Amino acid sequence: MSSPISRRHFLKTSVFAAGTAIVGTGAANAAITSDEEKESLVTLIDISRCIGCEECVYACRDANAHKFADPKKPFPKMYPDRVPVEDWSDRRDVTDRLTPYNWLYIQYASATTKEGENISLTIPRRCMHCQNPPCVKLCPWGAAKQEKNGLSRIDSQICLGGSKCKKACPWDIPQRQTGTGLYLDLLPAFAGNGVMYKCDRCYQKIDKGEQPACIEACPEDVQTIGKRSDIIKMAKDLAKEMDGYIYGLDENGGTNTIYVSPVPFDQLVYDTGKGKPHMHPVKDTMAAGSNLAIAMVIAPIAGAAAAVGKYYRQMKEEA
Amino acid sequence: MVYHFKSRRIIYGLTLLFIALSGFAQMPIFKRYYIADIPGLGWLAQFYVTHAIHYALAAVLMGLCAYVVLDYYFARKTSGTKRIQITKDTRIAASAQLKIAALSGLIITGFFMVVKNLSGIYFPHGVVIGLDLLHLLFAMVLLGATAYTWVRRRTWIL
Ligand code: SF4
Ligand code: SF4
Ligand code: SF4
Repeated sequence: MSSPISRRHFLKTSVFAAGTAIVGTGAANAAITSDEEKESLVTLIDISRCIGCEECVYACRDANAHKFADPKKPFPKMYPDRVPVEDWSDRRDVTDRLTPYNWLYIQYASATTKEGENISLTIPRRCMHCQNPPCVKLCPWGAAKQEKNGLSRIDSQICLGGSKCKKACPWDIPQRQTGTGLYLDLLPAFAGNGVMYKCDRCYQKIDKGEQPACIEACPEDVQTIGKRSDIIKMAKDLAKEMDGYIYGLDENGGTNTIYVSPVPFDQLVYDTGKGKPHMHPVKDTMAAGSNLAIAMVIAPIAGAAAAVGKYYRQMKEEA
Repeated sequence: MVYHFKSRRIIYGLTLLFIALSGFAQMPIFKRYYIADIPGLGWLAQFYVTHAIHYALAAVLMGLCAYVVLDYYFARKTSGTKRIQITKDTRIAASAQLKIAALSGLIITGFFMVVKNLSGIYFPHGVVIGLDLLHLLFAMVLLGATAYTWVRRRTWIL
């Protein structure tokens, strides 16, 4: 049987856990208020501390409610018929998965510790804020953007809702709401299908030097935000301290969200599927493009060399 | 058609066809309009596949462009010798000038788009949107001009 109490005990007895919260707050404030810093902002999520109270989920909604879609019905008919209508506007209160109105949700997981004890864990899930985010880089319109502090977000004024970002995302994070956005002013029947929504790192709060709403609201100090180098060190120290495991540091070439768990991530049993991201290892999806960029530098040089070679051959023949 | 240009024309034609297909496939349209359902065209709906193909073909296209431009330059320089297809008086057709301008635009905007896609590179948002739209515009101009020269059987050089 799962025992959340013993899981909490596991952590609360850890001297390190108490230390993290204090160090964490300091690191966060330092990084968030510092404009000179060139390092990206990273969050550490210590899942062993989370009690699944969903304070963060509701704080996220409150802080970002002004960004949510308010689509007018009926939606324009879209062609061909296979184009899916994705409407969450009547189900805005859903909290057990990611939706256009729920950018953070609590995933329930169970696992067995090294000591053979069954525990349950609750894991805050949202966009990982990849270091080289395919959702941003592959967006054909530039609707998704990444800021210098590493956060990625989708501009709801520009997004056409084609959902490419979701297909490109290794965790299928962005969620679509039909019947809103720019496509309505273009060719709503034939192109576009709404707007994609996801965690935007509370950029409006970060711009003011404040903490993201979910971090501020958490009674257990599950999340810590700060400079990449500080947070990586903290995550590694924490993992060492609890004899735990790290997720997100190398996934998809590195993300700005680092989970630390007392049990290996591949041993977590959790519900996954639509709007419920997995925690599998993820290879760097942008690596092929980055490697091919080198070929693009070499190819013109090779082409030019071939032309020069041909010229000298001909000059020799004609001499 | 000048015989010794044949192989480069074939490489250029095939490259143009697939780079255009993989380029338009960056927009999520091929699945919506059943094109990716046609046997053999399923790859058009796989964004990482089309992304890699587009990059690889861009490398081929730039290699070919560098070769053709330099070859043209050398051929003009050595006109009067055995290579008689191109002389100092050879002119580039107006339609070809338009294609060259569009190709140059595609290569320049494409270069910046590849750089933007590298990890740790942040371009201003407006610049990214501008690059996306300009790249698409140059592609339309190139394809339009190519269709025209194809139908009218116009060659690059006069
Ligand atoms: S997790 Fe997905 S949505 Fe978030 S930055 Fe990475 S690719 Fe984009
Ligand atoms: S950072 Fe902001 S937008 Fe993202 S999950 Fe937390 S509260 Fe929501
Ligand atoms: S507020 Fe904190 S403890 Fe509560 S669910 Fe969110 S992360 Fe977990």
